[in-house]
Amino acid sequence: MNIIVLVKQVPDTESLLEVDTANATVNTQNVKWIINPYDEYAIEEALQIKEAKGAGSVTVVAVGPDRSEQALRTALAMGADTAVLVNDAAAEGSDALGIAKVLAGVIKEMPYDLVIAGVRAVDDDGYQVPAAVAEYLELPLVTAVIKQELGEGKITCHQLVEGGSLVVEAPLPMLFTAQKGLNEPRYASLPNIMKAKKKPLEKKRLADIGLDAALVGTGSAKVAISALALPPERKGGKMVTGDTPEALAAELVRLLKEEAEVL
Amino acid sequence: MDFDLNTEQQMIRKEVRRFAEKEIAPVAMELDEKEAFSEALTRKMGEIGLFGMFASEDYDGQAMDYLSYIIAVEEVARVDGSQAATVAAGNSLGIGPLYYYGTEEQKQRYLPPLCRGEKLWGFGLTEPTAGSDAGGSKTTAVRDGDDWIINGSKIFITNAATEMTLGVTVQAVTGTRPSGKPEYTCFIVESGTKGFKAEEMHQKMMWRASNTATLYFDNVRVPKENILGKQGDGFHQMLQTLDGGRLSIAAMGLGGAQGAYELALKYARTREQFGQPISKFQAVAFKLADCATEIECGRNLLYKACAHRDLHRPFEKLSAMAKLYCSELMGRVTNHAIQIHGGYGLMKEYAVERFYRDQKLLDIGEGTSEVQRIVISRHIGC
Ligand SMILES: Cc1cc2nc3c(=O)[nH]c(=O)nc-3n(C[C@H](O)[C@H](O)[C@H](O)COP(=O)(O)OP(=O)(O)OC[C@H]3O[C@@H](n4cnc5c(N)ncnc54)[C@H](O)[C@@H]3O)c2cc1C
Repeated sequence: MNIIVLVKQVPDTESLLEVDTANATVNTQNVKWIINPYDEYAIEEALQIKEAKGAGSVTVVAVGPDRSEQALRTALAMGADTAVLVNDAAAEGSDALGIAKVLAGVIKEMPYDLVIAGVRAVDDDGYQVPAAVAEYLELPLVTAVIKQELGEGKITCHQLVEGGSLVVEAPLPMLFTAQKGLNEPRYASLPNIMKAKKKPLEKKRLADIGLDAALVGTGSAKVAISALALPPERKGGKMVTGDTPEALAAELVRLLKEEAEVL
Repeated sequence: MDFDLNTEQQMIRKEVRRFAEKEIAPVAMELDEKEAFSEALTRKMGEIGLFGMFASEDYDGQAMDYLSYIIAVEEVARVDGSQAATVAAGNSLGIGPLYYYGTEEQKQRYLPPLCRGEKLWGFGLTEPTAGSDAGGSKTTAVRDGDDWIINGSKIFITNAATEMTLGVTVQAVTGTRPSGKPEYTCFIVESGTKGFKAEEMHQKMMWRASNTATLYFDNVRVPKENILGKQGDGFHQMLQTLDGGRLSIAAMGLGGAQGAYELALKYARTREQFGQPISKFQAVAFKLADCATEIECGRNLLYKACAHRDLHRPFEKLSAMAKLYCSELMGRVTNHAIQIHGGYGLMKEYAVERFYRDQKLLDIGEGTSEVQRIVISRHIGC
């Protein structure tokens, strides 16, 4: 069983984020980078499947600048076998479709039975890349999986939906996205961090996967971010005053109608 | 000059921090309160590789550089001093002497379970009447045919009386040198050897979840194969072990200072008095600015000492300086941290209270601050 996991390096949500309003982007100089937490579920699930089968390989794939290598090294330290990083200036500024084209281009050249991704990336929160990759590779797609059972040539996925879960079956190869609850990602133990140093991490450019640079990057993006702002700061609460419960309730209703305009 | 850590060192910091916050932080207060060493937590620390960090893979070690080891200790200490003590003593004092001076047979026999964190090992140098003056040891070993017979006692020995302790290394007087000075030899004594008793010490002010023991040797018979390395090498082995061990004590000072500083900063930004966060008062802000500056100094000094060790350059002076500076640094930082917490800082519910207590050992263990100053002053030609 050969499994491919899509990995994105994202800012740690605990870092202080600064918005660069002029360029509609986020200042990343002071950001701490981590593996997208949902991708950790994806990696963990791939490792568990491989361990249960007792054979196969787990390959982690990322598109991004040099620093993304650290996310891949972490995945290798968790137990993935090999890593591929596509690092090409031409891919910078790609939208979700652009990134998906690159990922699909890399995956196409590798043998695989299963592709796993995080349900979303906590930075752009677009939910689009895995779906587009599945589309480009013509694979069945199941999103937001919280449990899976592999069968002979097929997989049964429990998909999280509003108020419950849906049980979906798909033939292999397929792509599913990992939702919180799927598993508890392991630590990259210190011995494995040292062993990961010796595991292969292949770096590729667009030309290596035969992808036309004109199809990706800022130029071909179908969406552009026009403005970026932090959420408005929460205003202080307001204490309703009154002598009796009736007066308090009446004042509250008046405020909800006239000031908050929600009633 | 490039001050960046390499990829592995960065990953080690990140993973150990994550582990410490998730597995150690939630139980640290309770273990401290109960004065309880936790075998379960020690095993978990073993599973992620916190033992045998600088030992080679041949003995199930992690084959990391010394700086990586120090970063790991720093990250554990950032959350809890007791667990950092178990790790630092386990590596520097337990595994270290066996790894550096043991015969191949001794290494094969003892190191793998120690490096996997399944077993612990004590290092017995200090005696009731021989502390800073380690040369004043009264424990003796006398040859009897192919065996040696050990008599005496040791005190304050970390990791030596747990259920998972496999044995101890002890220094004993084995004769007189031509110079007239005593000859010292280190012996390996396995737990359970007849006449050897390890008793847990209680009522500690600090490191309450770390195991500290008194060792008694009453005609303990060990075969000559239990000599660590060679007869007569004992004193040298112990001193060299302490040079490395001091770096791990420094790491505990640095990590503890970092932890207490972070807690104080967080508290100062949320605690309001006179209508504003207390971090806005210059008297509080300057304390935090001093802490941040001194922590930066301590880290640079300690990492430089480790770099020297990793490059096989002399590092005794830097090691003594780092131990002295980082221990006392944590003293200043925890003092500020409590002050910033006001009355709450004196309550056990706030972790700075534990950090404040745990710090004091660092001025004393593995060579007191005074002893470090003696070492440094000798190195600079006083
Ligand atoms: C929790 C804990 C864990 C420990 N773990 C271990 C362990 O695993 N293995 C081990 O072997 N030991 C261990 N120790 C012992 C520790 O290393 C000693 O306590 C330390 O070396 C100091 O010795 P002492 O306590 O006998 O103090 P003393 O040597 O009696 O010192 C008392 C005071 O006199 C000062 N002093 C002494 N000599 C001089 C001098 N020449 N000039 C100026 N001042 C001087 C000292 O600085 C100190 O202030 C541990 C101690 C504790 C508390």
